[in-house]
Amino acid sequence: MADDIWILGITMTKFGKHPDKDAVDLASEAALGALADAGVTMRDIGVLAAGNLMEAAAGIGQQLQKQIGQTGIPVYNVANACATGATALRTAIMAVKAGECDMGLAVGVEKLAGAGLLGGGGTPKSDKKVFEPRGRFGAVTSTDGRIGTNTMPGVFAQVGMQYLHKHPYEGEPFDLFARISEKNHAHSTLNPLAAYTKRMTLDEIKNDVMIAYPNTRPMCSANCDGAAAAVVVSGSKLKTLSLEQQRRAVKISASVLTSDPWQEACQVLPDVNTLTRLAARQAYEQAGVGPEDLDLVELHDCFATAELVHYDNLELCEPGGAADFFLSGATWRDGKTPVNVSGGLQSKGHPIAATGIANIWEICHHLRGEAGDRQIEGAKVGLAHVIGLGSACGVHILERSGLAA
Amino acid sequence: MAAAVPIVDYLVLGDDPHLVAKECTSCGARFFDRRNACASCSGTEFSDARVATEGELTAYTIVAFAAPGVPVPFVAGVVDCDGTSVRGNVINVEPDPEHVKLGMKVKLATYVVGTDDEGTEAIGFGFEPIER
Repeated sequence: MADDIWILGITMTKFGKHPDKDAVDLASEAALGALADAGVTMRDIGVLAAGNLMEAAAGIGQQLQKQIGQTGIPVYNVANACATGATALRTAIMAVKAGECDMGLAVGVEKLAGAGLLGGGGTPKSDKKVFEPRGRFGAVTSTDGRIGTNTMPGVFAQVGMQYLHKHPYEGEPFDLFARISEKNHAHSTLNPLAAYTKRMTLDEIKNDVMIAYPNTRPMCSANCDGAAAAVVVSGSKLKTLSLEQQRRAVKISASVLTSDPWQEACQVLPDVNTLTRLAARQAYEQAGVGPEDLDLVELHDCFATAELVHYDNLELCEPGGAADFFLSGATWRDGKTPVNVSGGLQSKGHPIAATGIANIWEICHHLRGEAGDRQIEGAKVGLAHVIGLGSACGVHILERSGLAA
Repeated sequence: MAAAVPIVDYLVLGDDPHLVAKECTSCGARFFDRRNACASCSGTEFSDARVATEGELTAYTIVAFAAPGVPVPFVAGVVDCDGTSVRGNVINVEPDPEHVKLGMKVKLATYVVGTDDEGTEAIGFGFEPIER
């Protein structure tokens, strides 16, 4: 049997506005927090994987080392769209799994407060305007807004609407998606680390500023600052640590990263479904658990329209049955499969590279029985999912230690 | 009459405006951009394939908030043109959910996007509802 990999320590910073802290400050806070939570120091760490998407060329890993400990270990700076954090974690896991070291540190950090709309816009043109074909489509001018939209809220709006076209829904789409957002904003009121913790009524959500129908502003992930970090350890090393460390350790039963296999239309509208389905299937197989075993799920609700399709992609519901599944109340925190009890990206916030580790922190928090007011009682198994356009999908399944009380 | 260029090279102008895809000669996968090889089968030979000008709207959004310089609102969507999915705006329609419906039948239409300093017009395309 291959040696299992465990989360030994994990933390996230408060998500929100941190005008007095730069990315290195936030990464340091998260990394030192994860090390303290693990009961180890930088001297114990054999590999560092660090993600920061917006300044991917800046080498956040080495910048972080210069603040918290330059020990000469290999550093991998990773960038993989919104799956950057999950990719950093998976990089550390792979190094430990390969036997290169017995302990690794993964960090994800982003400064995104006030970043505004992501994905839109074109290339500024020179003063004299002469139409000349440029780029791989031979475009003579900017195509954003003329041939569809590049904005994230608009892309993911289409993803949700496409689902309702494939699986016809009798009700009003806008209402359905707004109700998903209502759930996540309600959940956020119990999460002190969320960027926004205000409960919103359905009417407040629907009457807020429309960004890209059917997504209004509160139905979009919140751009904010934040960081998260995790220490991973091999099973054999864990056995040499204290009983308290073993009790709080969380088993990584599955760690999967996929990209999108070619499908008709996947280069026309990003296909966020196929690679998520592949990742979920692989993860359930690796972990030897099924969707019915999950006590909670943190999935990538970058927009309310995205959450719906992932119920189906992660096999939480019958094929094609995501709308009915949601409307049954199954994904509220008192439902059959609580989804995004952290408040999700719509209220907790989405500091891109931190998200893929923060989601795992949320699951670990419950599995360790340390989630306070929002604890899902008796949680034993959880799943964390992220997706980055382009595309990359990370799925991790986590299980409570057998030693846990 | 002013000179005209298509907004993208896969739009063919003239009396019968239509889109043309690069079709992989081994597996039939269709693409709209310049290709190095096929994403589906890694084949390297492509032929031009005319894309049907009528289709069905399979996904849409009504963009109300966009990058500076992009006029809003507009309807962005995906149209299934007889098995080939095409990205484009839905045009010549009121941009609201009462007028734009999933599954609605649409057809290709062209319009002038802008004129450059030499008087050349850029011609764009979109899909407009087919009147029943």
